Amino acid sequence: MIEIKNLTKQYGPVTVVDQVSLSIPRGSITVIVGTSGSGKSTLLRMINRLVEPTSGRVVINGTDTATERAYLLRRGIGYAIQGHGLFPHRTVAENIATVPRLLGWNAARIRARVQDLLNIFQLDPGAYAGKFPHQLSGGQQQRVGVARAFAAEPAVLLMDEPFGALDPIIRAKAQDDLRDIQRRFGTTIVLVTHDIDEAFRLGDRVAVMSQGQMLQYDRPAALLIRPADPFISRLTGTGDRAMKLLSLTTAGEAAEMGSAEGATVPASATLRDVLSDLLWSGAAVVTVIDAAGMPCGRLTLAGILAHGRPR
Amino acid sequence: MPNWALVIRIAAFTLLAAFLLTPQSFAPLFAPLSQHGAPAIYDQGNLLTLALSQLGTVLLAAAASTIVAVGLGILVTRASGAEFLPLSRTLVNIGQTFPPVAVLAVAVPLVGFGEAPTLIALFAYGLLPIFENTIAGLQSCPPTVIDAANGMGMSARERLTSVELPLAMPLILEGIRLSLVINVGTATIGSTVAAKGLGEVIIAGLLSDNTAFILQGGLVTGLMAILLYDAMAALEKRILRGTHG
Repeated sequence: MIEIKNLTKQYGPVTVVDQVSLSIPRGSITVIVGTSGSGKSTLLRMINRLVEPTSGRVVINGTDTATERAYLLRRGIGYAIQGHGLFPHRTVAENIATVPRLLGWNAARIRARVQDLLNIFQLDPGAYAGKFPHQLSGGQQQRVGVARAFAAEPAVLLMDEPFGALDPIIRAKAQDDLRDIQRRFGTTIVLVTHDIDEAFRLGDRVAVMSQGQMLQYDRPAALLIRPADPFISRLTGTGDRAMKLLSLTTAGEAAEMGSAEGATVPASATLRDVLSDLLWSGAAVVTVIDAAGMPCGRLTLAGILAHGRPR
Repeated sequence: MPNWALVIRIAAFTLLAAFLLTPQSFAPLFAPLSQHGAPAIYDQGNLLTLALSQLGTVLLAAAASTIVAVGLGILVTRASGAEFLPLSRTLVNIGQTFPPVAVLAVAVPLVGFGEAPTLIALFAYGLLPIFENTIAGLQSCPPTVIDAANGMGMSARERLTSVELPLAMPLILEGIRLSLVINVGTATIGSTVAAKGLGEVIIAGLLSDNTAFILQGGLVTGLMAILLYDAMAALEKRILRGTHG
């Protein structure tokens, strides 16, 4: 649980972050989205005190972050950035081991942890542990950067445009993987991006920043249905908001009782994807199957369309 | 396909060693250069001792230059020391532009004749390349890497020793190599203030109009500089192997 209270940062006469308060639930992904210069990165960097707040407080799990030495505080908080920031003179394994080493873990525990993380991030330890960052592809470098941030099992993970340097296909995969790994570890993630689609894709909650102010902090659907400011409508776009709304619900969540002949869709697919499938195939109903391949309900065209209307 | 670079280096080293250990066997080669029946090979001291003594002086001065220049370079690239950058740069530049001969002249009244004034001159002369390369190396660390190091929770000291210095190391080593090589040659002037070195041989040649002596002093110094340069390059490669591909 992260409590941000009246957090403000001023550089001389310029206020970069202005009296921002938000409460981030444990085990959730909160995405801070905004244009460049909105103060979103500064807000993030005040959580681990890479930027010292001018005023206001950050309380993580009941402890005021100002009471600890800044660099010791940061060892307990994961950190991943755009362009990965890997240490070019250290191997993949050494990079991932950075924080566990700083924390004084013993060698066996570090080795086991590095091994686990490489497996989780789909990098064969035998092939990749001893490689240097420049020997990896961009997508692999980024995965190592995120693995490094997870290394010491932090309860809180801060990410600043972590997928900004990736091409769209690798980015979508990285976002899906991050969700899975976050579910698995129960990590509280605060992620900064300028990409509203990324915010909708990842965020349990989305905070919109503009000119140092927090305009709205809510569930993604609420940003579409009840935007608190015209800027938010501009940011999310109104042209395809019904489709965006559909993309926020999965087939599993929307499935009705019953079954149907013919096509099936996985429960993890979004309604937007299911609708697209139905339009493409001309069918009016599909069966939803769970991860084990067992039918768990059905979706009709009318049922899907109902989810695309604000309620 | 033989490794010609290595063959040439081994040949150069063998030649140098042979000349320093048995200089008289080269007498026929140098005889045409000496006149009036003067000796063809320097005979007023042991060439090997002189060469080693000169090398020792250079290494000692380089060690001192390295400690001071790297230390200063680290200091002025910290936020707390940034204001000293212009001043340090000026001082180090003076060390380079002030002629070593003039440094000797100033130093002798203070510390007397012998090794000491030579060490001071070489020390001052060798600072600049190490200092500038240290700064360039530290400043060339990618900002994202520094940000990551901070974000991981490294203290300022940990960041310096485990990230910044290792990344700056290729440039720092290059600076040390440059400084060493310049000073092997410069060290010959130490003989004007009675430091033991190959300058003695050159000066003896100049005084007695004996080209053979001048050439011997010059050639041995030159070969030492080239071999030292190569040895340092090989050492750098070894130190940086794998990590700076």
